[in-house]
Amino acid sequence: MEKIVELKDINKSFYTNEGEILVLKNLNLTLEKGKILGILGPSGCGKSTILNILTNLLKPTSGEIIVNGKVGYMFQKDNLLEWRTIKENITIGLEIQKKLTNEAIQKIDKLLIIYGLWEFKNNFPRELSGGMRQRVALIRTLATDPDILLLDEPFSALDYQTRLLVSDDIYRIIKQENKDAILVSHDIYEIIAMSDVVAVLSKRPSTIKNTYEINLTTSGLRTPLSSRNAPEFKDYFNTLWKELEIYENI
Amino acid sequence: MKTYKSNEYNNYLKNQKKQKHKIILAQTFVLIGTVIIWEFLAKLEIINTFLLSSPSAIFNLFVEYLKDGSIFMHIGISVWETILGFSIGTILGIVIAILLWYFPSFAKVMDPFLVVLNALPKTALAPILIVWVGPGIKGIVVIAVAIALVTTILSAYNYFINVDEDKIKMLKSFGATKLQILTKLILPSNIGNIINITKINIGLAWVGVIVGEFIVSRYGLGYLIVYGGQVFRLDLVMMGVIVLAFCALIMYQIVNLLEKIYNTKNK
Repeated sequence: MEKIVELKDINKSFYTNEGEILVLKNLNLTLEKGKILGILGPSGCGKSTILNILTNLLKPTSGEIIVNGKVGYMFQKDNLLEWRTIKENITIGLEIQKKLTNEAIQKIDKLLIIYGLWEFKNNFPRELSGGMRQRVALIRTLATDPDILLLDEPFSALDYQTRLLVSDDIYRIIKQENKDAILVSHDIYEIIAMSDVVAVLSKRPSTIKNTYEINLTTSGLRTPLSSRNAPEFKDYFNTLWKELEIYENI
Repeated sequence: MKTYKSNEYNNYLKNQKKQKHKIILAQTFVLIGTVIIWEFLAKLEIINTFLLSSPSAIFNLFVEYLKDGSIFMHIGISVWETILGFSIGTILGIVIAILLWYFPSFAKVMDPFLVVLNALPKTALAPILIVWVGPGIKGIVVIAVAIALVTTILSAYNYFINVDEDKIKMLKSFGATKLQILTKLILPSNIGNIINITKINIGLAWVGVIVGEFIVSRYGLGYLIVYGGQVFRLDLVMMGVIVLAFCALIMYQIVNLLEKIYNTKNK
């Protein structure tokens, strides 16, 4: 399998006046082509730090990063700019990269049509529901044509029902657009439903405790919703639950 | 499009309207009543017109100034000084706030000085500024700028650094430069706040202009007021204050109107 992202022996410390905090310790991680990698870990264990390192927003203290392709980042909050229309929000990445060509605009129009946002293209974010806003945020990321998507708890700001629908929606878009993705979450259900491979992080200083291939028997196409009905789902849940050592963290 | 309104709702709307009319009526009554009683007491010489003047005397004086056109000169000069003062103060303040935001170490160095300058009543600097810059419009505008500037810097800078970190991170994830973050996020997200700063600055610039004209000037509303006080012409003082109130109100309303236009455009 072709490796698209590889982190080798990553260490990351944060320095403050109070002292030095080792967040990541000898972290090794691989994302293979065509897969969604889920990173599961207790809160505050440095999940977002890994994504920030992959996007170059942070530098690791030591270690090697190999990223074969362009990275797009999707956040927990949609971060839409209220004074821009939906379309203007989507073009912002290209504007920044000075790549807003006619061709790019045509591609964006196509994405807007495919994902049901065409009639809202001139509306403002506040006129859209939370789920739709999150979809806009994903298309904003897709507009810059990344090869790898980094999803940082992208559904945790939504209510439960919307969350199920939106995760289904976003999963479909990722697969349809042929992207590889790394999903970070503390939600065991969500991680199993979305990922092909799950890496479990330990408490701080974080390192990968274990990796699991998720193989689910679903009727028809695999989607996050159908995954939840797979017979293996609860076994994976139990395994990951134990792995997280939730009781020790309380 | 016709939407159905229940009778109760229509009654509610009617009552709301009635309430509003009542308040306006009461406000007019208070205003006119005060003027009439004032005039009445002055005519009957119950109050000392030397100290309190009377509405008719103030009005007559206003007509006099209107006829020879000199009131327009005084209004014009004060308004012009105020406009210069608050626009220079606002623009310069925002530019400095941008620099502070752009260079965090500059902000750290400047911090104690700005805090001291902010705590100092700027009118105390007015005599020095007049000596340095010279009398006339120049000196008065500088006082107005000095009063508006520091608060503008501090409040604009505070607005700038409080922009949502996550949005900055979002732009950075696309590779945005600091300048792009400024033009695409910091400034557009703060237009409402900048309008608010402008509103406050109009008031501050008026303070600067009037203080400046008190100290050294031969024109302007501040000059009329201080001159009237010196020669014990209280009608002149009162007229000056009333005209000043109207000018300030009109300028404030213009900015309010701009704000409304901006708000409806963003709805």
